[in-house]
Amino acid sequence: MAKKVIYYVNQFFGGIGGEDTADFEPEIREGAVGPAMAANAALEDAEVTHTVICGDNFMGSNTDEALERIAGMLEGKEMDLFIAGPAFQAGRYGVACGNVCKMVAEKFGVKTLTSMNVENPGVDMFKAYTIIMDGANAAAQMRKDMKNMMKVANKILAGEELEGPKAEGYFATGRRIEKFLEDVHENTAAARGVAMLIKKIKGEPYQTELEIPKKDLVPVAEPVADLSKANIAMVTTGGIVPVDNPDRIQSASATRWGRYNIAGVDALPNRAANGYKTIHAGFDPAAADANPNVIMPIDAMREYEKEGKIGKLHDYFYSTVGTGTTESEASRMAEEIIPYLQEDGVDAIILTST
Amino acid sequence: MVKVFERAGFPIVHMCNLIPVSTTVGANRMVPTISIPYPLGDPNTPEEEQWKLRFHRVGVALDALATPVEEQTVFKVKI
Repeated sequence: MAKKVIYYVNQFFGGIGGEDTADFEPEIREGAVGPAMAANAALEDAEVTHTVICGDNFMGSNTDEALERIAGMLEGKEMDLFIAGPAFQAGRYGVACGNVCKMVAEKFGVKTLTSMNVENPGVDMFKAYTIIMDGANAAAQMRKDMKNMMKVANKILAGEELEGPKAEGYFATGRRIEKFLEDVHENTAAARGVAMLIKKIKGEPYQTELEIPKKDLVPVAEPVADLSKANIAMVTTGGIVPVDNPDRIQSASATRWGRYNIAGVDALPNRAANGYKTIHAGFDPAAADANPNVIMPIDAMREYEKEGKIGKLHDYFYSTVGTGTTESEASRMAEEIIPYLQEDGVDAIILTST
Repeated sequence: MVKVFERAGFPIVHMCNLIPVSTTVGANRMVPTISIPYPLGDPNTPEEEQWKLRFHRVGVALDALATPVEEQTVFKVKI
């Protein structure tokens, strides 16, 4: 009998709609929807019996509830493998795929599989809990990502051993799997270790057998000594800009940023008042266009300045767009902003993200 | 961005909805917001309620800037 696969997609790939439907509540449909159809066609001796669809914002803002509801939908259904995505570089979708895969693996003991780009924050969050294929950064590469993912899917379903992250093209899960080498003395741990050491001493390239993943943490900065004298700057990745977007900041994968003078402004005027709007392509802009202070809370900061809780609100706020933006571009933009902050003697920063 | 600013010596608070993402990336001071499209004010609630929430959470962020922390910390909000 053919094995059974259940699939997970977001509102976009599920054909529900774009950002305006990102609050779509979880739903299960019989058969394959969207990318699940391509998956179904590539499965060798299995079929996609159901597709779960959930909006990225619903999952992001109500994660526990969404997972609980999805678990309820899966209860009692036969499933040999659970597949989600591919999520490419879409951060919310990647985190959603990771969350769902983790839940399914833990609750139902079923193997799970997804695909993301290395820049997707979901990779580091979930690679220990599910197999995540090393995927492309954009949906244009869907066919390639799907092919790689289904190769592994077919192996898992056939009960074959995977040959490890490098050979199969997934991110290391941080788990070691026992493997027996041919019983000759060159294969003993001692011989392998000494061989590696000799290569190291000679300055030759060698491959460790146990890579230790690094987490890049920054030392915690000293707190502000006296808020009532502090000069505080505001930064956002939520794409709040003057309505004409004078710096032509991109709506996704941004490489540009802007600084906007807010001296004497009590609250950011909205789009209708020819003030500010968001150009961020990763969510429905309606709320922020109606009131940009929900992302860049100049109104609240000004009030704290009047109250004397803070010494001063820095005369400019800084803005870029955080969706699809690589860590290296984000780092560079921050480096470019820093001299402006130092010049005005800024003491501390609030950075808002969407 | 948060890490680059902090490495330059600025105490910084990250206000965001997806706290687990912020934690993974490596922010040290974090204050949660309520959603992705409207982090600091749900348009389905009255203006006054939105303002209260925004004023409160920005206040928590300011206090966080003045609070010594040893490790990654998510500051608690009341509304």
